[in-house]
Amino acid sequence: MARTATAPGVPTSRLGKAALEVDDRLIVAGPLRRSLNKVFPDHWSFLLGEIALYSFVVLLLSGTYLTFFFDASMREVVYEGTYAPLRGAEMSAAYESTLYLSFDVRGGLFVRQLHHWAALLFVASIVVHLLRIFFTGAFRRPRETNWLIGIALLVLSFAMGFTGYSMPDDLLSGTGLRIVSAIILAIPVVGTWVHWAVFNGDYVGEFIVGRMYIVHVLIIPAIILALIAMHLLILVKQKHTQFPGPGRTEHNVVGNRLFPAFAGKAGGLFFIVFGVCAALGGLVQINPVWLWGPYNPAQVSAASQPDWYVMFLDGSTRLFPAWDINLPGDYTIPALFWPTVVLPGILFTLLALYPMIERKLTRDTASHHLLQRPRDVPVRTSLGMMALTFYVVLMISGGNDVVAEKFDISLNAMTWAGRIGLIILPPLAYVFAYRICLGLQKHDREVLEHGLETGVIRRLPHGEFIEVHQPLGPVDEHGHGQLAYGGAPVPKRMNQVGGARRAVRGFFKPIEEPVQVELEQRRDEHGLAAAESDRELTTSGRPSDGGRPQEPRD
Amino acid sequence: MSTRESAPGTTGGADVPGPLHGGPDDEYTPEQLASMSREELDLLGAGYDDVQVLHVDPGPEPGSAAEQRAVRQVALTFGLAGLAAFAAFVIYAGSGWFLPDWQWEITEGGWSAIFTPLIGALGGLALILVGIGMVLFTKNLLPHETAVQDKHDGSHFDRVTTGATLVGGLHNSGLARRKLITRSLVFMGSGIGLMLLMPLGGLIRNPNTGDPLGTTSWAEGVRLVRDDGSPIRPGDQQPGSLETVFPAVPGGNRESDAATMLIRLRPEQVSVDRPRNGQEDFGYGDYVAYSKICTHAGCPVSLYEQETSRILCPCHQSQFDVTQGAKPVFGPATRPLPQLPITVDDEGYFVARSDYIEAVGPTYWNRERI
Repeated sequence: MARTATAPGVPTSRLGKAALEVDDRLIVAGPLRRSLNKVFPDHWSFLLGEIALYSFVVLLLSGTYLTFFFDASMREVVYEGTYAPLRGAEMSAAYESTLYLSFDVRGGLFVRQLHHWAALLFVASIVVHLLRIFFTGAFRRPRETNWLIGIALLVLSFAMGFTGYSMPDDLLSGTGLRIVSAIILAIPVVGTWVHWAVFNGDYVGEFIVGRMYIVHVLIIPAIILALIAMHLLILVKQKHTQFPGPGRTEHNVVGNRLFPAFAGKAGGLFFIVFGVCAALGGLVQINPVWLWGPYNPAQVSAASQPDWYVMFLDGSTRLFPAWDINLPGDYTIPALFWPTVVLPGILFTLLALYPMIERKLTRDTASHHLLQRPRDVPVRTSLGMMALTFYVVLMISGGNDVVAEKFDISLNAMTWAGRIGLIILPPLAYVFAYRICLGLQKHDREVLEHGLETGVIRRLPHGEFIEVHQPLGPVDEHGHGQLAYGGAPVPKRMNQVGGARRAVRGFFKPIEEPVQVELEQRRDEHGLAAAESDRELTTSGRPSDGGRPQEPRD
Repeated sequence: MSTRESAPGTTGGADVPGPLHGGPDDEYTPEQLASMSREELDLLGAGYDDVQVLHVDPGPEPGSAAEQRAVRQVALTFGLAGLAAFAAFVIYAGSGWFLPDWQWEITEGGWSAIFTPLIGALGGLALILVGIGMVLFTKNLLPHETAVQDKHDGSHFDRVTTGATLVGGLHNSGLARRKLITRSLVFMGSGIGLMLLMPLGGLIRNPNTGDPLGTTSWAEGVRLVRDDGSPIRPGDQQPGSLETVFPAVPGGNRESDAATMLIRLRPEQVSVDRPRNGQEDFGYGDYVAYSKICTHAGCPVSLYEQETSRILCPCHQSQFDVTQGAKPVFGPATRPLPQLPITVDDEGYFVARSDYIEAVGPTYWNRERI
């Protein structure tokens, strides 16, 4: 079995020899080939999770840079830096180092803003990825574990965002921290004890920024990294889901191999995500802490809003009525407890348990690797729209003072609109979404049965006008299509079945001969050109009836 | 020849290598593999990874107009990316050298104002172009293939054999039989677990010692001072105005719970003023002082609309009516803002008569009890 230098297949090039040396030691050729050969389905919605992953990489890179300059300390200092308007102001070292980073470090402001934008993109892409998973049913068995990991990542990214924007200790973040302090105090029984443990005493103390810092740069990133690794390992092990389509089954994956097609596109996407964050970081100002000023418990600015992903909690806090619950023995459950602790607790628990709930209700315990189109599962889709409406009402209410100001509406009217809307709009959204799903389903069936609308109007001998329909496949003796619905998109326009001529290429002037294109199309039997010359358009197989379903005569 | 029998340590046979790892080397001899083309080898390997390449749409023909166009496109994109990246570097390194200084100046809007946008625009453009170039390369120059990979469910064989190994190990340990060990393990585990978590006890502090949530620096005779430390006399404020005041103690203006609003009511407000029961004498003349810390979530209630006598908290829009003992009239707050009893000292400056008689700030579980 021993190989000799003269054996066939032994590499002769320098690179080949080096590769052989490596594989002799590490035995990686097999696993590497398996990885390179892994097949990835090709659909744009599968890129959403990738965007989250890449923005996390950008966050790690830019965040590491920021730690070189940030001083997570609440030591009181007097500012003597470059930014003239704040010179002589008392502030914490954390805020001072943020100003130093923004004004005295070459490119520091750019990286700080890049980090903030990447964080917003990170949470946003997680949320959109979650919606994709939800509405296509990708969370069904066997992927419940990855769904739970995803929810954990979402919650952790909230915590990451909150600790991140609270650390600079500016006026806006300090206000947010004060509210969190109040939320912690509002927890029944143990609230004050938890507050004393978190802040090491009464608000605000000297400890909280340092603690948030280590949570933000070490503890949560480590957990997120571990969870992402698990998320991806499980994904590789279970393989991707895919939309139904030709040749796609529950037991295969159709698409591109990792190398080189998928790697090329994914690498490109990484650079685009990085580039978009960088461009935003340089061009679009975000969180200009020097304008807010250092934190002072006695000051606040109007329109104090958190980052977008926390706004729904701000909204729920604004809408919840003033209902303290006074218990015997002079104990109180503060009103603040319900919208800030109980509500998100319920929302995230429901979200996490949704796969199990659906499994229980539908009694569908089978493994699924083919995705569903949202219209084919109207109940789930409508539930999702209902939840989304609930969320959006809360989110808008989180900025209801800004809406009231910009549109000159009474602030109290906005609050009441939010309260009423929160109860009325979600069920309405359910009904609308359900009807739309059924309508879309019906239309799919109609096209499969009667064919595509061609836009060609014919006049029948007795004077009736009918529209000619193009069947998608073979038809029976009544002219009805025999194709069954397979869960895949049904073409709805003639162009989608090659009913249009291919455009002659060229942007300013044609770079192809029109005659040549015509010939090529005829040769490939594509499009109307071929169809017109070879056969007459069928009208659902019944030229006399024009494809219109009719009562059988006699 | 069986390797197992001849491995050293078994029968003392010769030390010969085992079969190569990972591949069906017995089925394909090096000679066979050497005679196959690269494409065949690629597909052969793919087959062993359950991948079947159904269809390959080759990239543009070498030398064709389409290929040249795609190559030009990709090269242009990468070239522009390099250009933008170098430009970003030149601006970054050259500012303050042969370009104007990058550091922010309040007096001029010029270079320092566009330094960060330029870095971002050029850096972002460079990275985006790299991405676009890679996508163009993949889409226009690489062959498009459609591949199918099989999915496998868990293997029954693996389950049974792994189960046997696990259960075998557990069985050999005899833990199911040797109850004493099991019990001692449980006992030890809980002890060690507690011991390892023990240091977290350092985080726990008692919030109920000395009522820190219920007390502030206000006390009898403490002057009401502005942020800059200057005291206030009754004639200093216009009717209808509000001033944020702090206790005249060191660091009083940075305390989280002490900030207080000193409000001078207008005559028509005085006539309808209805303080809370037992707090009728907390004001001084047409002056009243209320805590600035919202009883809902602790934000400073800042927006005083004297026309309606309302104070609005900008965080969650609770509204308090200053002529009704700062009682909440709208929004999520449940309790009125606590009122600070004030008077005037010998020198004619405002002083507190005592601390707040209730805890300021947000509600908590046992607030009514201490």
